[in-house]
Amino acid sequence: MIEYQTIFTQVQARGHAHDGIAMDRGTWPREGKPFFNHWLGVIGNAQIGPFYLGTLGLASLVSGGLAFFIIGMNYLASVNWNPIQMVRQLFWLSLDPPAPKYGLSFPPLNEGGWWMIASFFLLLSVMLWWGRTYWRARALGLGTHVAWAFASAIWLFLVLGLIRPILMGSWSEAVPYGIFSHLDWTAAFSIRYGNLFYNPFHALSIVFLYGSTLLFAMHGATILAVHRFGGEREIEQITDRGTASERAALFWRWTMGFNATMESIHRWAWWFAVLTTLTGGIGILLTGTAVDNWYLWAVKHGVAPQYPDYWPSVTVDPSSLPGAPK
Amino acid sequence: MNTNSFTRKLMGALALGTSLFVAACELPPQESEQNGYRGTGMDQIRSPERQAKLAAANEIPEAQPEAPKDGPPVSQIYQNVKVLGHLSEGEFLRIMTAITEWVMPEQGCGGCHSDNLADDSMYTKVVARRMLQMTQDINAKWANHVAPAGVTCYTCHRGQQVPQYVWFQDPGPMTPAYMGNRNGQNAPAESVAFATLPYDPFSSLLKNPEKIRVQSTVTLPNQLASAGKPIQDAEMTYALMTHMSKGLGVNCTYCHNSRAFGSWEQSPPQRTTAWYGLRMVADLNHTYLDPLKPVYPDNRLGPTGDAAKANCATCHQGVNKPLYGVSMLKDYLTELSAKK
Repeated sequence: MIEYQTIFTQVQARGHAHDGIAMDRGTWPREGKPFFNHWLGVIGNAQIGPFYLGTLGLASLVSGGLAFFIIGMNYLASVNWNPIQMVRQLFWLSLDPPAPKYGLSFPPLNEGGWWMIASFFLLLSVMLWWGRTYWRARALGLGTHVAWAFASAIWLFLVLGLIRPILMGSWSEAVPYGIFSHLDWTAAFSIRYGNLFYNPFHALSIVFLYGSTLLFAMHGATILAVHRFGGEREIEQITDRGTASERAALFWRWTMGFNATMESIHRWAWWFAVLTTLTGGIGILLTGTAVDNWYLWAVKHGVAPQYPDYWPSVTVDPSSLPGAPK
Repeated sequence: MNTNSFTRKLMGALALGTSLFVAACELPPQESEQNGYRGTGMDQIRSPERQAKLAAANEIPEAQPEAPKDGPPVSQIYQNVKVLGHLSEGEFLRIMTAITEWVMPEQGCGGCHSDNLADDSMYTKVVARRMLQMTQDINAKWANHVAPAGVTCYTCHRGQQVPQYVWFQDPGPMTPAYMGNRNGQNAPAESVAFATLPYDPFSSLLKNPEKIRVQSTVTLPNQLASAGKPIQDAEMTYALMTHMSKGLGVNCTYCHNSRAFGSWEQSPPQRTTAWYGLRMVADLNHTYLDPLKPVYPDNRLGPTGDAAKANCATCHQGVNKPLYGVSMLKDYLTELSAKK
């Protein structure tokens, strides 16, 4: 059974290194002599290279590297240039956005200015890399599905770090660059805006996120399960189903009454993934701009259930009582 | 076959790594106790191992034997008795003995008194007198928070000259001026349970507890002043609440229905008690503790030169009711409750 369940690739087909198809003019030559690595072959394709750098790729790597460098140097400075402390405290270290008092102005370097510069280069890097996914797909004659899926993730990134802060009138609304700090920011964000779980777009985003993992598991499991009948030849089986496809379809009809096809499952998966960040971005965008307390919003619209009063003795805010201490 | 044994080794290493990674957490078993309507997640999660340790740490010392209440007030017998002058000599000596046991068990009387017992030259005596007034004041004025158990010196001191849990203004780690600003947070700090939340929420929120409220009370933005609070304020509140949770050994749901933190209608009654506690601590720091700064020698001051102040953990020390709600005050009512 282990051959069916293992995460590691069971077959490493290896011939001559594949140099790729000839490219039109306007593209850079591919760099490096391709080679094989057995251990990478265990989880993917064993052939590494040749690499394509390109104008967009190079520019993206440079600006992304700059953002990474600025964030890293701030981490290192915050532990007084002690590399051991940087490793020990890495999860706590953070480059934070400016304080609310600076609004949308450019703050002093050490009070959010570094954050602004790092954010600029990070944004540039991500946009350039998006261009790379788009133009590389076009150069190979592919559809641009990957680029548009990536754009959906970038939408959420833009909402969090650019669009919403501008609408709120302050860069302080953006997310800090740190491992724990962005998580604490997330929790504080939800608390501030009256519980994000009552935000319907947040709910949709969770549905698509968990739905994506479910679809991924169902699809991966189905294809591995019909592997012995040649089921991994998915694209051909869209039109020429064959026994693998038919057995898989029958299995799902028997177990859940309905089945996807070799084509539809990929459309489902793509849309679930894309909608995760698309709806998530809408949810964040509405928070603080259109809705200030999602719990109260849910009560107003009859979404939040009401439970029996468990503590009838507590009804009032003590600060509203006469003679209350300040 | 080769691959299979490799897989097994890798899985073993993963399992070992995972268990080491989570070893920093409290080990199971945990006990959970429902404290709200079913299905709403209103539970308290506690580790029996930790509870056993806390129970041992919170045993109270025996009360001093009763003292005769007759005789003239002690202010007519001893000089310079400013706070406890209304007691009989027997009661006065009894509370002095108790205070020694609670606060200065090693140094004894000499911890506060020089050879001339009436002399105020030792700073510890000046502080102790102020603390007696504070204790009386708490028991008189803050029944909303401390009744029925009340407080004594032991509630905070527990046999130590300086209570184990006090706070000073925290300037944070020193960093260069041009880069690496910690922003008052992002340093592993025990005060906020090692979160990256602001490590000194006390200076701001225990001074102005009304600033704790950050949630909007309206559905849509910009209808009221409560709208428009920045996320940084929410992080500050979150930091203080983390301290309270840790200081009291409780979950958020001890005081809040976490689906609507701000809603009083859905809150357990403990939240009201905590609300008064926050005002009490703000009052004590303002009236008693902070003004003692000029009295203290330098080595008792904080990094920015302020006096030691109280927060929730100062009395609670990891327990929802200090000393599990056992009243030591009942044995010292004349001495430590409100002066009539």
